[in-house]
Amino acid sequence: MPASHPYLQELEAESIHVLREAAAAFRKPVILYSIGKDSSVLLHLALKAFYPAKPPFVVLHVDTTWKFRDMIAFRDRRMKELGLDFHVHVNHEGIGRGISPVSHGAAVHTDVMKTEALKQALERYGFDAAIGGARRDEEASRAKERVFSLRSAAHRWDPRGQRPELWRLYNGRLNPGESIRVFPLSNWTELDIWTYIEREKIPVVPLYFAARRTVVERGGTLIMIDDERLPLYPKEVPQQRWVRFRTLGCYPLTGAIESYAESLPEIIAELAGSRTSERQGRMIDHGAGGSMERKKQEGYF
Amino acid sequence: MGLTLSPQPAGEDMLRFITCGSVDDGKSTLIGRLLFDAKVVPEDHLTALTRDGRHYRAFGDMPDLALLVDGLQAEREQGITIDVGYRFFSTARRRFIIADTPGHEQYTRNMATGASTADLAVILVDATKGLLRQTYRHSAIVALMGIQHVVLAVNKMDLVDYQEDRFAEIVAAYATMAERLGLAAVTAIPLSALLGDNVIRASAAMPWYGGPTLLSHLETVSARPREGRPFRLAVQWINHDGTGFRGYAGTVLGGSVRPGDEIVVLPSGLRGHVERIVTYEGDLDRAVAGQAVTLTLAEAIDVARGDLIADTNRPPHMADQFAAHLVWMHEAPMLPGRPYLMRLGTTTLTASVSELKHQLDISTGTQEAAKQLAINEIGFANLALDRAMPFDIYGENRETGSFVLIDRTSNATVGAGMIRFPLRRAANLSWHKFTVDKAARSAIKGHRPAVLWFTGLSGSGKSTIADNVEKRLLALGRHTYTLDGDNVRHGLNRDLGFTDADRVENIRRVIETAHLIADAGLIVLVSFISPFRAERRLARERLKADQFIEIFVDTPLAECERRDPKGLYRKARSGKLKNFTGIDSAYEPSGDPDIHIRTPEMTVEQEVDIIIDALRERGVFD
Repeated sequence: MPASHPYLQELEAESIHVLREAAAAFRKPVILYSIGKDSSVLLHLALKAFYPAKPPFVVLHVDTTWKFRDMIAFRDRRMKELGLDFHVHVNHEGIGRGISPVSHGAAVHTDVMKTEALKQALERYGFDAAIGGARRDEEASRAKERVFSLRSAAHRWDPRGQRPELWRLYNGRLNPGESIRVFPLSNWTELDIWTYIEREKIPVVPLYFAARRTVVERGGTLIMIDDERLPLYPKEVPQQRWVRFRTLGCYPLTGAIESYAESLPEIIAELAGSRTSERQGRMIDHGAGGSMERKKQEGYF
Repeated sequence: MGLTLSPQPAGEDMLRFITCGSVDDGKSTLIGRLLFDAKVVPEDHLTALTRDGRHYRAFGDMPDLALLVDGLQAEREQGITIDVGYRFFSTARRRFIIADTPGHEQYTRNMATGASTADLAVILVDATKGLLRQTYRHSAIVALMGIQHVVLAVNKMDLVDYQEDRFAEIVAAYATMAERLGLAAVTAIPLSALLGDNVIRASAAMPWYGGPTLLSHLETVSARPREGRPFRLAVQWINHDGTGFRGYAGTVLGGSVRPGDEIVVLPSGLRGHVERIVTYEGDLDRAVAGQAVTLTLAEAIDVARGDLIADTNRPPHMADQFAAHLVWMHEAPMLPGRPYLMRLGTTTLTASVSELKHQLDISTGTQEAAKQLAINEIGFANLALDRAMPFDIYGENRETGSFVLIDRTSNATVGAGMIRFPLRRAANLSWHKFTVDKAARSAIKGHRPAVLWFTGLSGSGKSTIADNVEKRLLALGRHTYTLDGDNVRHGLNRDLGFTDADRVENIRRVIETAHLIADAGLIVLVSFISPFRAERRLARERLKADQFIEIFVDTPLAECERRDPKGLYRKARSGKLKNFTGIDSAYEPSGDPDIHIRTPEMTVEQEVDIIIDALRERGVFD
């Protein structure tokens, strides 16, 4: 770590501490890898925490089958390079029912292909802790979430019944069926993530960088046409625009932003001047007020 | 909430602070103002506030800044903050983490949580009201949690016409309070969170005030623990890479370390020398407090997770007892003598309060005698550990001088403690004299022993119910064992037949076995036809001290015979089986079983519920 930005070193050390606690406290912990920038930072921190050994975690991607092609290509390349114990889980039952964001909408698709799929995977592999890259600054209800966040046997989060978390003393003890979500990046912000990615030269999916891409404007959001599965509405005309993504999810549900930021310094400068939040492009957040809080109680990561 | 953006990436270091105040002091408004004026509030969040504001509260033509901060939907609906929330912002000087804690009744627990990692506390006072009981409470918790730097934020100055006298009066009154509590570094700032005076912008309305604004104070205050503390590293993880490398991974919790330094590993007391400080970036020639590193030692000595590696010249205390302040955080009260799990450093051990010295009335500072601690109460107590462990005094190192207590059965975090001083062996009251008896053995299991004696006709459903009760108990984390009449006859009682003498011996052995298992602290489920009142009375008398519960599984003979799961009724009816209960040998119903289960009227679920409730009622577990 370069000497500049000592606060990043402090955040890094805190996250490494949490990852080591997770490795020691649980029988079978898993890193939930979403391919995004936060996951990339999380993996990088895991490599550091257990160096020179490999991280003692299984890495799992819950694939909705609607990720951008660039994301999947990046994932496969990175996993090969890093040589980690990597698995992909798809909710085949959902595929069988023909669930897609196009036919069923954001809410059903996310519920079946992400939330349900995650529960399936946790149960199938018997993971007792799932380590994720969520940050407290992303969304209102996350600000209150613990670093070691308890889930009931039904995978539910009880925001009013959380364990107090003091000093560095994390309580990872579980009753039968319970599990814990571990959030080592709790105290990081979006800007911290990008500043760190630049400092550490961490590879990220190219979609984060601006390029001319084929998009349609839909409901005020720029949706990228990533393959032939996205039906166009009448009068919708695909156009070439300079765009990039601040956050990556399922492609029909993730809006791009107009941008010319082609490099990390440009992204950081753009963020510093920006007046909108990161998850603005994520359709899943914009239900009735408290939408994310409800999703999280139901087991959304 | 995405309060993340900043005009530029943060400057140097990080400051963590806590804000203390009640619903009416304008605490959320102050944080909202800080973030709003620092231009870190994203536009879509302001839009969301307008939308939500219509749902919940209106606030003139300005967004309700408090809504930026009050995260959860439940809180917004009640207009209060229910839990600890963390907010982030940065300036060119610093990166900030705000622990925002509620000011209402759960304040002690939440404030202690937020304060445990804070470098500084902002204590809000309403200028129109002056110091209140709660100002003392908040300040006392800040002092207890070892925060040395306090900002006294005198808010709502606009409502007292920005009068210097009013401010001076409050500051003078607070100085007395701070002195009493031992808070040394207090900075008082007059401000109006609503209007933004002295939050970020210096106020034109208070020309008499020459001090810093809140933000500029937060940007410049030096609030980190002093240098020169003794080296401490709590081992989190033993790193083997499969090629013979053996390193001890952990965070430096105090002082600093260099290769070649002599260290001691505690509790073992083994000494050695640091060989390398390994990191992903390469070896370091020095590691300081806060850094996460991996040490290798020159000597091959035994080190495990939970060990503390420390400076040999200035080692921590080693004792199996210490005195500490305890903040209780759970609805179930703290009971002296009850064993809890203790998280101390990276170790988990068993500990109990051997003596509750007093309870601290946090509103007045008075000490009162107490037998237990309820939620949000603070006590001063002696704690006895199951073995001697290394620790520091909280005031000297809050990482190695703090602990949390965890309930053995629910696994909830129930208390937090700050170690004040070690207790020497000479003063031991303690664990070593603690007789290992039935109570002690069952206490570490988190429940009392019991014998559930299921009686009833063959085929009445005893084993099915017992099996389901046991599954439920297991799911509740209780320790159980089932003695089944048939199974016992295959092993322990294989030598016995069905003569009267053998029947008596059969039941005697079952009773004695149940007694041994209960004595080991378990909940024993005995599934046994036991048709005669006399033998059940024998069991009750012998097992009285073990919490004997007779459960009559009452299924009509016709129904048992219809089920006939083992084909025994058919054999008995055809005369192939003699002395079969219900056919040619009587079942003597109890006049008053502890639990009477009439199976035709209930589902197995309901039957299990009744039995579990009965166990709770009898205090077998909570």
